[in-house]
Amino acid sequence: MAAKQEILEGAMAVAHAVARCRPEVVAAYPITPQTHISEELSQIVADGELDAEFVKVESEFGAASVCLGASATGARAYTATSSQGLMLMGEVLWNIAGMRLPIVLACANRSVSAPLSIWCDHQDAESVRDCGVLQLYAEDSQEACDQHVIAFRVAEDRRVLLPVMVNLDGFLLTHVFEPTELPDQALCDAFLGSYDAALKLDPANPATFGAFTEPDKCMEGRWMIHDAALRSLSVIEEVSAEFAKVFGRPSGGLLEEYRSQDAETILIAKGSICGTIKDVIDQVRDEGKKVGLVRIKTYRPWPKDALLKALASAKQVAVIERGASFGAGGVMTPEVKETLYDAGKVIPVSGYCVQLGGREVPPDGFREIIDRTSKGQRQKAYEYFRLRTEILPDLVPTK
Amino acid sequence: MNDKLLSMDRLSIGCVAPPAGSVENKTGAWRAMRPVFKQKDCIGCRACELVCPEGCVAGNAKEKKFDFDPDYCKGCGMCAAECPKDDIDMVREEK
Repeated sequence: MAAKQEILEGAMAVAHAVARCRPEVVAAYPITPQTHISEELSQIVADGELDAEFVKVESEFGAASVCLGASATGARAYTATSSQGLMLMGEVLWNIAGMRLPIVLACANRSVSAPLSIWCDHQDAESVRDCGVLQLYAEDSQEACDQHVIAFRVAEDRRVLLPVMVNLDGFLLTHVFEPTELPDQALCDAFLGSYDAALKLDPANPATFGAFTEPDKCMEGRWMIHDAALRSLSVIEEVSAEFAKVFGRPSGGLLEEYRSQDAETILIAKGSICGTIKDVIDQVRDEGKKVGLVRIKTYRPWPKDALLKALASAKQVAVIERGASFGAGGVMTPEVKETLYDAGKVIPVSGYCVQLGGREVPPDGFREIIDRTSKGQRQKAYEYFRLRTEILPDLVPTK
Repeated sequence: MNDKLLSMDRLSIGCVAPPAGSVENKTGAWRAMRPVFKQKDCIGCRACELVCPEGCVAGNAKEKKFDFDPDYCKGCGMCAAECPKDDIDMVREEK
């Protein structure tokens, strides 16, 4: 029973964790930094270690469409992508969510062109924030593996029936080698069972998926996605608690509270960046300052109540983002503000866009953010942190 | 299983509809132009039937007689454009 830790590359580990979830159809198209996930899955299928149909497709649009069709026939389906690939899947993702098909996909988070960058930020995933695909974020390889097991279970739960995307930071998690414990096959089988579709495409029992709806019905169809996504909050908590009991790791859940229970200054972030932030918080805590981190593990559905509870002691908050909404500000920052505002808690909230396209912020950067935030003064609504203004051109070219 | 869960009056999870449920939505009301099958020079090639994106042109190749289903024809005019004998006219739909 006791599984052992192996030194595995993040993407390889995810591929083997996915294989243990026994998807019946895998369709994917290579794109950096996701490629190793689908490449390894293709090898696992070719080696006869996983009884699945691996469909080689011509694009990510094809990959998502194959998964849609497979899932509609009642099969467990999986795909993985990044950046432009996720953009190309965009239209199909809305259909998958709308048809309430519980596919699971991984997004190896990468910047979206242009300018072309293969490095990490969260703008790819955040661009499909509103389509009904639930989004989990991993801090390390272990979590990325485990969240896939949780994702299949949550997606296929009849109280949910929505696609789930597991986000893992491109390169920072996909290409890093870490001690990882793959979920045990027998435990996985017992935890997941097989997918039993309530409605499916079956020639003996025909049905129409994706049919036209008149204006008198369409809005109710959309509302049901919202309703299911909200309902998934408690399902994610329930499934994560069971996962922790069975597998012995707290990889799931809505959020992680790191030394934040009595903190006056709280940082909010998601993904692998939280590893660095935790180190900085340990240093600042040693100096006696009440600082903590709330790490968002479930981004959609938005864990409003859990976040509000986690911010109970906060006097000021800084939201650390790997994303932005051009012409507005942050993506997660306004959601944090809404959460606080709706509860009548008006405290300073500063948003920082710290890393786009693989820009790294060393510990002293987070130290600076903590120091500025701790003073309690409201910063700019949203700041592009350490923007290199010295390399900018004349912003309004005259000739 | 499916038939117990599906109806046209109540939505199902995922808005899955009964088989052939889409025919309940009569898209002919969207039409601004209407094809007129003159049935004068028809050679029974079935081009009109085959190119119709709504599948609402039908007829008899032997008798060289084709016509459209007004409940679903959106008036796109592809049948008229493809007819090798110009035997289909598009006329403004007036009510």
